[in-house]
Amino acid sequence: MSAMGALFVRDLKLSVRIGGGALMGVLFFLIVVTIFPFAVGPDLNLLSRIGPAILWIGALLATLLSLDRLFQADQEDGTLDLLLLGEHPLELVVLVKCAAQWISTGLPLVIATPLLSLFLNIEPVGIAAVTATLMVGTPALTLIGAVGAALTVILRRGGLLLSILILPLTIPVLIFGVSAALGAVTDPAPFDTPFYILCGLSLLYLVIGPVAAAAALRSAQE
Amino acid sequence: MTETETKSFQIRDLANPTRFLALLDKIMLPLLILTIIALGVGLYMALFVSPDDYQQGSTVKIMYIHVPAAWLAMFAYTMMTVSALGTLVWKHPLADVSAKAAAPLGAAFSFVCLTTGSFWGKPMWGTWWVWDARLTSMLILLIIYLGLIALWHAIEDPLKAGKAVAILTLVGFIIIPIIKFSVDWWSTLHQPATVFTLDGPKMDNSMLIPLLVMAGAFTLLFTVLHFKAMKNEILRRRIRSMQMQAARQVASGNRAAASSVAQR
Repeated sequence: MSAMGALFVRDLKLSVRIGGGALMGVLFFLIVVTIFPFAVGPDLNLLSRIGPAILWIGALLATLLSLDRLFQADQEDGTLDLLLLGEHPLELVVLVKCAAQWISTGLPLVIATPLLSLFLNIEPVGIAAVTATLMVGTPALTLIGAVGAALTVILRRGGLLLSILILPLTIPVLIFGVSAALGAVTDPAPFDTPFYILCGLSLLYLVIGPVAAAAALRSAQE
Repeated sequence: MTETETKSFQIRDLANPTRFLALLDKIMLPLLILTIIALGVGLYMALFVSPDDYQQGSTVKIMYIHVPAAWLAMFAYTMMTVSALGTLVWKHPLADVSAKAAAPLGAAFSFVCLTTGSFWGKPMWGTWWVWDARLTSMLILLIIYLGLIALWHAIEDPLKAGKAVAILTLVGFIIIPIIKFSVDWWSTLHQPATVFTLDGPKMDNSMLIPLLVMAGAFTLLFTVLHFKAMKNEILRRRIRSMQMQAARQVASGNRAAASSVAQR
């Protein structure tokens, strides 16, 4: 098995074992969505109108909160130093780690979305649209969040700072994700245009994320 | 001084903090006087010479603070981006000092822009705040500034902090235009750009000239404050290294005393 494949499998295994917290993200997603009706009231019409927004906020927070351990565990046990010294480019290492992170925390969110959409009384087309936008959008959140995780890797309490640094940068993803999801259910608004822009953003973050995160890791380990 | 020596005084020489401080001391007083004059002239023209707007009355005069502050808030970020390149690419020793000094200034100017904007918005739009594209992107810019300042304060070693902030600044420089575009797409109420358009300024000279004078004055003010903050930062770092040196000496002194006791 190639080194990158081994790294991918290792990260996946670590995340599903005890202390890995892979399903914690979904649980957090569930509780955030459950909490919203208590704040805005149980009116199903209102909930179906703001449902996509609630799901997106929940997924955004769940993704970001699970990111602070992305590099920190490796930094603590010295794996990160070996990865830095290894022959593979650090950008690729970051990308592989992000992929494993997304499979273990992002993908479960996408799978849980149709079920949670039912709670929020979103109609079938809307459910498909929200799921599709989250499928495309959550990788972008993980990738840009990796930059924050790399910047705060040497801090003992980086989680809150990570969110402060990264949340402003996720605004475009949020805007186009929610407007594509809403566009599918409300008539004059389009679904395609914001969805394609969302895809474009994900591709852009695919480039920025690993490059910036690798630069941050290098400067932190000097 | 021979010709080669005169010629060799380049940007590179400013990398020496002592020379940079000496240069700052020389230009600071003239720069300060120039700033005060420009601000005085600009404020006089804005408050007394420029006419009231036919719709907005005298509230339009808020513009002479509001618009230059907005420009400077964006200028400060550009300054920080150049400094970030200086830190990461050219490894210029003063680049992260410049970036660190510019961040609070950018935050302050965007704060001034937002507060004057809401004072202007209250009589004009009837509300302190609207979730309009320009206001929202300025608010996000303020939050990004505050996040960068928080990162500066989170990492103890100034060199590591400088690199981390530089990386985030560059990422922000790529993404901020996208944020701006997406927020524009999301909602728009604020009037579009009036001064920098393809057809030239859409504003009468009686208002445009005071505005440009104020913009110049604000730029000078930024420069003065930036230089002052850079000087403070250099001195602060010197104090830090002196303290560490003193602590090291005390520690090694203790160790020497302890070993001499042990030998006896």
